[in-house]
Amino acid sequence: MSLLYFFFAILSILAIASAIITITSKNPVRSAFALVVHFFMLAGLYLTLNAQFVAVIQVLVYAGAIMVLVIFVIMLLNLTDEKRLNEKFNFRIILAILFGIAFVAQIAFISFAKNPLNVNLHQNSATIGTAQSIGTALYTNYLVPFEVVGILLVVAIIGAIVLAKRKVN
Amino acid sequence: MQSVPMEFYLIVSGVIFTIGTIGVLTRRNAIIIFMSIELMLNSVNLTFVAFSAFLGDIAGQIFVFFIMAVAAGEATIGLAIVLALFRKKQTVYVDEANSIKW
Repeated sequence: MSLLYFFFAILSILAIASAIITITSKNPVRSAFALVVHFFMLAGLYLTLNAQFVAVIQVLVYAGAIMVLVIFVIMLLNLTDEKRLNEKFNFRIILAILFGIAFVAQIAFISFAKNPLNVNLHQNSATIGTAQSIGTALYTNYLVPFEVVGILLVVAIIGAIVLAKRKVN
Repeated sequence: MQSVPMEFYLIVSGVIFTIGTIGVLTRRNAIIIFMSIELMLNSVNLTFVAFSAFLGDIAGQIFVFFIMAVAAGEATIGLAIVLALFRKKQTVYVDEANSIKW
């Protein structure tokens, strides 16, 4: 019981800290590695919710595929550290901070104003997170969206090739 | 099955979403803006999985699967756009890419 709170606290604090490092560090490579840590911590949070399949996919797709792509592009572009924001961007920082405070206050209000929600996971939660049940659902009830996602990925591949292609004279 | 209350997951997710929003609004580097968008997508995924586990409904985790597929497509297209921008303008800072602004 208290062990659950302990793991949740460790995972969520590390997730939030690495998210903050991602958006504040000047060096893009450091942000990318902080984001990898963030993805691993989120995978741990998914495991505390008995969502095994989503946790594995999180590590494989996000930390494995997307972040490798991002780091490739960063290395390819050979970027230097980002300079400070221009003066004219200050109003955006103020807007961002106001927006953030409002959003967090809203969430805290919604979460604590009502009666406490369940502290118990649903009794089926251990079985619905497995690869078997998600695969069954994907190939029966959600077959059409699944096929459409395949088309979407093909279009994304073609679009990426067209965009990144060098013009031939 | 005993667990941490659901509010905690929702609050963590909201905080991460807010951090992502602040990153999009305040950074100039297109790649870091892109990573902030990934943070926002991930916080939404956490909300989906939390509701799915607490309500015993598989639809949330199916949604997470589709969101990840869309995020992968978005990653390829977004990074290709960044590469094309860098090839054209030698920069990845979004405030220097203003040729259709008037």
